[in-house]
Amino acid sequence: MSAPENNETGPRIDEPTGTATMGHEWDGIEELNTPLPTWWLYTFYACIVFAIGYCVVYPAIPGIKEGSHGTFGWTSRGQLASEMDAAKAARAPVLAALDATPIEDLPKNPELLAKAVAGGKAAFKVNCVPCHGSGAAGSIGYPNLNDDDWLWGGTLTDIQTTLEHGIRQPGDAATRTSMMPSFGRDGILKPADVQDVVSYVRQISGQEPGNASAQRGAALFAANCVACHNPDGKGNRMFGAPNLTDKVWLYGGSRTAIAETVTNAHAGVMPAWGNRLSPATIKMLAAYVHSLGGGEAFAAPAAPAADAASTGQ
Amino acid sequence: MTNMDPKGLTRQPPKRLHAETQAVYPRAVDGRFRRLKWAVMTFCLAVYYITPWLRWHRGPYSPDQAVLIDLEHRRFYMFAIEIWPQEFYFVAGLLIMAGIGLFLVTSAVGRAWCGYACPQTVWTDLFQHVDRLIDGDRNAQMKLAKAPWGPGKIVRRLGKWSIYLLISISTGGAWIFYFADAPTLAREFVTLQAPSIAYSTVFVLTVTTMWFGGFMREQVCIYMCPWPRIQSAMLDEKSLLVTYKDWRGEPRGKKSPTGAPLGDCIDCGLCAAVCPTGIDIREGPQIGCITCALCIDACDGVMAKTGRPRGLIDYVTLEDSAREKQGQSATPHWKLIWHARTLIYLGIWSAIGAALLFALGTRQHISIAVSKDRNPPYMILSSGEIRNAYAVRWKNMEGRPRKMQLVLDGPAGAKMWSEDMAKDMAARDLTRIIPADTTSPLRIYVTAPAGTAEGKLSFTLRALDQDGGQVSYDTRFDAPGAE
Repeated sequence: MSAPENNETGPRIDEPTGTATMGHEWDGIEELNTPLPTWWLYTFYACIVFAIGYCVVYPAIPGIKEGSHGTFGWTSRGQLASEMDAAKAARAPVLAALDATPIEDLPKNPELLAKAVAGGKAAFKVNCVPCHGSGAAGSIGYPNLNDDDWLWGGTLTDIQTTLEHGIRQPGDAATRTSMMPSFGRDGILKPADVQDVVSYVRQISGQEPGNASAQRGAALFAANCVACHNPDGKGNRMFGAPNLTDKVWLYGGSRTAIAETVTNAHAGVMPAWGNRLSPATIKMLAAYVHSLGGGEAFAAPAAPAADAASTGQ
Repeated sequence: MTNMDPKGLTRQPPKRLHAETQAVYPRAVDGRFRRLKWAVMTFCLAVYYITPWLRWHRGPYSPDQAVLIDLEHRRFYMFAIEIWPQEFYFVAGLLIMAGIGLFLVTSAVGRAWCGYACPQTVWTDLFQHVDRLIDGDRNAQMKLAKAPWGPGKIVRRLGKWSIYLLISISTGGAWIFYFADAPTLAREFVTLQAPSIAYSTVFVLTVTTMWFGGFMREQVCIYMCPWPRIQSAMLDEKSLLVTYKDWRGEPRGKKSPTGAPLGDCIDCGLCAAVCPTGIDIREGPQIGCITCALCIDACDGVMAKTGRPRGLIDYVTLEDSAREKQGQSATPHWKLIWHARTLIYLGIWSAIGAALLFALGTRQHISIAVSKDRNPPYMILSSGEIRNAYAVRWKNMEGRPRKMQLVLDGPAGAKMWSEDMAKDMAARDLTRIIPADTTSPLRIYVTAPAGTAEGKLSFTLRALDQDGGQVSYDTRFDAPGAE
């Protein structure tokens, strides 16, 4: 572009850059006329057109009570709902298979069992963690589900029954129930007798050597406790009576803790989850709890890939 | 504004930041470097197109494609080598070698990569041959470019662009075969059953190939590519360059107006006419020179016709050019390579290569990873025993099932069992057959007698077949503290 002389009519051409000025000036400061590149400008126009279209088809314009809906009818809630439906549909075959499989047959189908355990893990986090802890390790009064000590039985079927009907739940005919008498509080045993029973229980669980107190306690135990806890003290799952000879203590194994239990008794409760969860979810929870390492009636999976041959010692 | 600018700085001609694209119509040329370029181009294209179709038998459990980047299964196969994602340092090492390899090549032979092997060069060369095929040589192309649009020009342009498109599609099309089984993908691709990522990849590569090779060409080298900048920092007077020996060529001309003796350059302009990046090498070394040496071929032809010795433009270092000027002979090429910087690059490059080969040769094909349960950290069983739980991952990185043994080294009396067996089978070692090319997770329970203190515990994984190999993983055994 040649640099024409400044003239009266057109805008001045700036000599160093060869660009026309806008034709205005303030105290000698002028503005060069450097328009946007065409491609940029048209992209900008296209964006405007797009934005108008967007505002029409999607919710965009705020109102007093509610905003515009958009012709597509899209909402974030609707999107969530459809995603949840899709997830539900994806789970449906597994849930159907679980419904169709009696829980004792689950180990025969390792693939389904693995899915049940995974589902159970998630359901456990939602429903069971407040009492049993996130690692299912329980706490005082809330059983540890990782160990091999079971009050009401540790097979898949036992766990399923416990989950479904709960423990000491009024209104559920099949609920697990039993009632240990409050031997001390109700005056069945005198405080000294309670201490003797405690001595005996501490002896059979290997925490104290036998002594005169324990001998007196043995007689009291035979008279008062064997009906539920069995003559050998190993408990009876029919009544949820714990094994008193092992090292696992739901309410503590110290003298004080046992004396407290004998005096006032404990009757822990658990909701009947059959009222709240679907049968498939209960099966998944049972499979998960059973998988934590203490499950009873272990059945080796039938998968050929898992070569369960151990070389032994 | 009469005397605002006494030095007249702002009166200087404007420095334009934008240079208008000058179309380049390189003239066809023949000669030894042109033939070398043909050979390298054929080789490069053959490697690119044929590699995915090579087969390599790896047994029934692994794909039989020689070179396969299996993103879906996270495996990288290259002939006898199989790499897992955690071994990606091999690929990183290869990339470092490629980088240093470029330094090495630059130090030894200058911008040979740019001139012969760079895909941009190879594909630009290919597209320029298409131009000549359809439009004719340089002059015809220039004439056609200037000609007004008419049926003839439209037909030629459409024909040329169709061939461009064909080349571009086959370029993009070949790329995807590196990422899936080539014959299967080819069948799926043409029957429109391939995954959409295959089509979008081909589309993107088709567009970029057509754009870069068909239209941008030397613009990519001069404006987009960082490599010429890096190289110009590495070139010095000892670097092999395509050099115009001005001491021999100047003053250039066809016929001296004054009768004064002229140099060898007859100013025919052929060196500039054949240049694929459209530069004039007689202006000296410059960023646009990719050292493809086509100007050497052109000038040698002219020198032969005019009865002068070849090599007015030649592969020569600036140092040697000055030496030749004084009548000395140039350093032989092999001696140029024998030069500290080149040797240091060679040393680094070979050291990395040797280290990678060593790592590749001695790497374990089994691997173990253990993560200990922390919630709860330990567990008292009814017998009083202490139980810890571990998630143990057995890795078999070979294309065949292998029998492996996990051995426990931990507190006295400790035993382990796994989720897939009964507790009364607990032992100090477990044996499993791990399927080919698989990571097998297994939950392991370890029990130790009551009263065991917390301490170290390690698992050793051993392959029981004759190839053997073993790896260990150190972790810990938690127990209740003394009360």
